[in-house]
Amino acid sequence: MLTTFSELVEQKQPETATNRETSAKPPATKIETKDLSFFYGANQALFDVTMAIPEKSVTAFIGPSGCGKSTFLRTINRMNDIIDGAHLTGQVLIAKEDIYAANVDVVELRKRVGMVFQKSTPFPKSIFDNIAYGPKIAGMRKKSMLAEIVERSLKRAALWDEVKDRLQDSALALSGGQQQRLCIARALATDPEILLMDEPASALDPVSTARIEDLVFELKQEYTIVIVTHNMQQAARISDRSAFFLQGRLIEVGPTKQIFTNPNEKQTEDYITGRFG
Amino acid sequence: MSSTAKSFQETLAARHRKGWWFEWLCLGSTLFGIAVLVVLLSGIVWQAFGWLDWQFLSSYDSRFPEKAGILAALWGSVWLILLTALISIPIGVGAALYLEEYAKANWLTRIIQVNLSNLAGVPSIVYGILGLTAFVRMFGLIRVPPAIVVISLGFTTVEIPLPGLPFDRTVMSGALTLSLLILPVVIVASQEALRAIPSSLRDASYALGATEWQTIRHQVLPAALPGILTGVILALSRAIGETAPLVMIGALTYLAFTPGGIEGPGDILADPQSLVRAPFDSFTALPLQIFNWVSRPEPAYQHVAAAGILVLLVLLLTMNATAIFIRHRFRSRTRW
Amino acid sequence: MSTSEAIVKPSAVATSPTFARRFSISRAKEQLIRLSLLCCALISILTTVGIIFVLITESIFAIPPAKAFFQEVSVREFFTETRWTPQFAEQHFGVLPLLTATFLITGIAALFGLPIGLASAVYLSEYASPRVRGFIKPILEVLAGIPTVVYGYFALVFVTPWLLRPIFRDFLGFDVSIFNAASAGIVVGIMIIPMVSSLSEDALRAVPRGLREAGYALGSTKLDVSTKVVVPAAFSGIIASYLLAISRAIGETMIVVIAAGQSPNLTLNPFRSVETMTTFIVNVSLGDTPAGTTVYKSLYAVALTLFCITLMMNILSQWVLSRFREVYE
Repeated sequence: MLTTFSELVEQKQPETATNRETSAKPPATKIETKDLSFFYGANQALFDVTMAIPEKSVTAFIGPSGCGKSTFLRTINRMNDIIDGAHLTGQVLIAKEDIYAANVDVVELRKRVGMVFQKSTPFPKSIFDNIAYGPKIAGMRKKSMLAEIVERSLKRAALWDEVKDRLQDSALALSGGQQQRLCIARALATDPEILLMDEPASALDPVSTARIEDLVFELKQEYTIVIVTHNMQQAARISDRSAFFLQGRLIEVGPTKQIFTNPNEKQTEDYITGRFG
Repeated sequence: MSSTAKSFQETLAARHRKGWWFEWLCLGSTLFGIAVLVVLLSGIVWQAFGWLDWQFLSSYDSRFPEKAGILAALWGSVWLILLTALISIPIGVGAALYLEEYAKANWLTRIIQVNLSNLAGVPSIVYGILGLTAFVRMFGLIRVPPAIVVISLGFTTVEIPLPGLPFDRTVMSGALTLSLLILPVVIVASQEALRAIPSSLRDASYALGATEWQTIRHQVLPAALPGILTGVILALSRAIGETAPLVMIGALTYLAFTPGGIEGPGDILADPQSLVRAPFDSFTALPLQIFNWVSRPEPAYQHVAAAGILVLLVLLLTMNATAIFIRHRFRSRTRW
Repeated sequence: MSTSEAIVKPSAVATSPTFARRFSISRAKEQLIRLSLLCCALISILTTVGIIFVLITESIFAIPPAKAFFQEVSVREFFTETRWTPQFAEQHFGVLPLLTATFLITGIAALFGLPIGLASAVYLSEYASPRVRGFIKPILEVLAGIPTVVYGYFALVFVTPWLLRPIFRDFLGFDVSIFNAASAGIVVGIMIIPMVSSLSEDALRAVPRGLREAGYALGSTKLDVSTKVVVPAAFSGIIASYLLAISRAIGETMIVVIAAGQSPNLTLNPFRSVETMTTFIVNVSLGDTPAGTTVYKSLYAVALTLFCITLMMNILSQWVLSRFREVYE
């Protein structure tokens, strides 16, 4: 089992090599959490998570379902604010700024921290209106500018060629994989610095999954990407760093290769070799 | 052993017979409702036959049954429903939006929610008393004479008649009372429509940096609109048949004019100010007029009442059919 | 491509690097909207406060120098006196005749409407095919939407002369007056059938299928499963629907005003004319009783009594639902 994964990591060796070149200077930390605990009412979902996520890289959160990885992801753009009775202790810093400070504007935060959900969530509107939604609500009115953003976002999400002739069609008519790429394009349209992805390919077929993974690999040139996945092969294929969660605790975080081939913790090894989870 | 088997066979037959009777009893009870509806409708059509004609639709009430008509009541009801819709829809949908989209699960939200279900059970006549005291008489405390505001636009002047306070027995008092009456229904129906919208839609919007209102305005409301509309129309169709609160308010039942003197679109064009006057005019309404006719001793008025009931029922069925149409049309179109 | 990049990038740079909240019109608008929506929600509370205030100021306390009803008529007289003659020279304010009339009509309505409503709920939930239900449900909805003034007309013009009088007067020899409690009661019963049927059906359908299957697996017939498994399992929902329907019958106005008459008799004879609480309220408002008189204020005392009774029924109904609700996963 272990060998399979090391092989997997070996396969993407050339990619990591290029990655290493670019990261000749140590990458700056983009997201940082300090002693982050999270509660749903009386239930504690996260326990003292401290972690640093470097910019312009892909970080994968892995772990069995219910381990808190999605909850942790959602603290980064404060999506958990919507849930009644939820609260947290500790700090989440983005670019050294505490995003839970009293004077933080959640709307501003979310504009700069994009998110893609497990289930694709196209709005029941046209493809164009879906992409233009973010810029529009941010106050952009100019038609030509919006059209440009839509085109650029769709191109970045590798969807442009498939939909350029039917931008006014309903987004609900797209296939599952296309819908998910639409959601990525929509998130890119607000020009975020960070892209959070909550199991973005879990509901997709292998071909669509591969396209999403390629896309993630492309996007990390410009964005800091955090991806939650229950698929370890996927984590191994696309991430630079991996973090393993278990029962609300961060067990281990480090370069993906090391996590998958030579983990420090026994629990990580047990999970990766498939002894549980 | 064999004897118990035999007795089981016998009792089984008896049990099946009993089951058969029970099923027919239940079916009979269900059909009873349908039978009543058929008898009621055909009875009313029979009573109204020959009385529901153009003369009836285009005349005012009269001391002579043959000359009595429903014009004032029809226009009164139209104005009443129009104003009730204008008042109750924004408030009801607004309240539902607050409760579903903004409110945290705290004591205030719980109180509002419990209060809503209690209000829905308050007899309509009690709302009538509230309307009589609060809107018609304004507790006998407030008294402002009517006035006319003159606005000069340079080339012409516009005169806007302001109503006096209290509202007295006007369309406005009636509409405010009916609005309070149907508000719990509108709120609960809108809440249900909002609850049917998946939270993923809201999450997706918030994640793009939309504010709460932007999310509501652009995503939640458009998606919930068919459900809300259906509920609102059903609530309004309840309001149009309400009699007791209007009786309490003391809406006049003999009137030889329509609110604002408007008898058709032509009158509005001829005198646009009548649109402002109408809400503060005396009025009667379809159910009131029917009640009035039913209470008269002359037997002929029972036919007049039946004709009035037919008009009211046609109006109601039109509204219900609209609601059902909206529900079906949009149910098939949206998928998540 | 590169130009568009150049267009957008500056704006990204221009946005302040901090997440700090800045004052803007749109933020203020956001708060304003939130506040006005809260006000909308508070109107429902205001309505309740208004109702209670209106009822109490005229009946229990009044702003001096005005006097409230119970400051002129003792509570004791109100609830024990057996005559209700506010319009006579010798005034008596005993609410008993009105209460009795209300409960007589409600009783007839319940006897009539509750079993039929439940049986029809059982049929719709346990026996009817989806097609039959799809046909019958809209009809019951139409029945539920018919204005009560129409029901009143039906009671007066059809039920009394075509049903009650032929059977009970011509055949059985009772003295059936034109206005009587029986026709009003029967028609109020018809009015509550759709309500009982629909609420009870919801309760019956909420019973999980597994429970029914368990019943059948033990060799039960459909009758056994319906009456011994499903109905008991949905009992709290059925009782709650009964209580709501009874509360509705108590507050019903137009049917009784039109069909039950206006004579405040203390009687349990269903064929006599009676005056319910709601009828009295309507009669006072129809006449030209000047505000401030004891008669006028008695309207509020009667309305307060009515309000308290229906409120109690509603609260009881909610309590039954929450207290005895069977929880199924």
